[in-house]
Amino acid sequence: MQLKADHVSFRYNQADQWILKDVSLEFHEGERVGIVGPSGYGKSTLSKILAGYENPSEGRVLLDEAPLPMKGFCPVQMIYQHPELSVNPRWKMKKTLTECWEPPQELLDRIGIETAWFTRWPAELSGGELQRFCIARVLSPETKFLICDEITTMLDVITQAQIWQTLTGIAQERNMGMIVITHNMALAEKVCTRIVDLRTVNHIEPSE
Amino acid sequence: MILDINDLVVSFSMYQKNGFQKGNLEVIHKLSLSVDRGEIVAVVGSSGSGKSILAHAVLNLLPKNASTSGTISYKDELLTEKRLNGILGREIAFIPQSVDYLDPVMKVGKQVIGVFGTRQRQRELFQQYHLPQNTENKYPFQLSGGMARRILISGAMMGDPDLIIADEPTPGLDTAMAMETLKEFRRMADHGAAVLLITHDIDLALNVADRVSVFYAGTIVETAPTQDFLAGKDALRHPYSKAFIDALPQNDFRPISGTQPYAGNLPSGCLFADRCHLRDDSCAGDQKEREVRGGKVRCIHAT
Repeated sequence: MQLKADHVSFRYNQADQWILKDVSLEFHEGERVGIVGPSGYGKSTLSKILAGYENPSEGRVLLDEAPLPMKGFCPVQMIYQHPELSVNPRWKMKKTLTECWEPPQELLDRIGIETAWFTRWPAELSGGELQRFCIARVLSPETKFLICDEITTMLDVITQAQIWQTLTGIAQERNMGMIVITHNMALAEKVCTRIVDLRTVNHIEPSE
Repeated sequence: MILDINDLVVSFSMYQKNGFQKGNLEVIHKLSLSVDRGEIVAVVGSSGSGKSILAHAVLNLLPKNASTSGTISYKDELLTEKRLNGILGREIAFIPQSVDYLDPVMKVGKQVIGVFGTRQRQRELFQQYHLPQNTENKYPFQLSGGMARRILISGAMMGDPDLIIADEPTPGLDTAMAMETLKEFRRMADHGAAVLLITHDIDLALNVADRVSVFYAGTIVETAPTQDFLAGKDALRHPYSKAFIDALPQNDFRPISGTQPYAGNLPSGCLFADRCHLRDDSCAGDQKEREVRGGKVRCIHAT
């Protein structure tokens, strides 16, 4: 499988400056690609476009040479930086966890989700605990590419190491592709098989 | 002493399972911490261990259902609500953790100026933090995460604070920018300010901090000079601090298993015992803070 950004450009409206300009990237299954670059270079925008949450102003996103499916489960899934903003505060954790599939107990054990947390509200869990739920809910076997947008910056280093160890393990077993957005070079070097500096592929005038 | 916190306890009053009775959830237990003039104290530790709550307790920003005991003094006098209101934003600056603290419907230039600032100073700050001048007329939703973070920092630097409380000032900033922000704290400290720096980026914080306190489950398990953290895990005292250093991506990137206990379900003795390889019967007792090799630690096995 292959996920491709084909000459993708993006801006919010005609009058605005470009955020992404003519970005072409290819990701393959089994690969873990780190995307680094200074703040304001469009890392998060690119990840939203790749996951299908934002449409590019120009260019296309292709999964195996076809557009991302608009119906059913999207094989490109995304995890965000702020777990507390990506879960419904009025749903108990069990409902959030099973939003799109039923994760097996074995996976929950591996990620470190305790059954006692199921009946809690999101406000009663820490960021690290919430992020585990956000990870488990997208790790359906149908997920072929996982985009991680700064998913551990808000977490302590032990939780970070736990999460990355589990995620890379699962990615390797399933031959899943991962796109890892981070500011932490040491982390990118430990986790990724390849690192792309967005400055070299995003052809904008640096204006920030 | 600019900031002196003694035996601080913070608890939240919450409804119990049955929905009719209220109970207390104690999230910070008997915590003492001080920051002196010219000093940067970094607070690191587990997510959800109460680091932000500590900052909010000092700044009286806790929600209504919170109750506190213990004392917080500022410049050797008790920091009362009345006194705090007079100096917050002038002598005490706060950099909040989340960019959600910006007003979504006010232009950021105006927010940075706030009540006491000037347009001129705001422009200087924007220049210093590499924000183009037209940023002042933008609304928060038009900014990237890193830019919004720099807006929060500019706002705090507007006055000439004696105490800076920075709650995670660096996520979303690239390493160069994050380092620059921390160096700015260092400069402020060198000019006599006291800085309480709450952060997960311990590797960056070690470049500027004088002392480091490690939080776990609502208490400080170890406070040690920065050199000990730089020297590596053997110079540290508490098994959690050691595990912390081990888990850094620049080191082994090796996590210990398990998670921090929930505040409503804490063990009676050492809070870290169930994840600790040194655990034995003596861990069941109350862990008093002890002095070991020039640092303070809450572990009976620390040497």
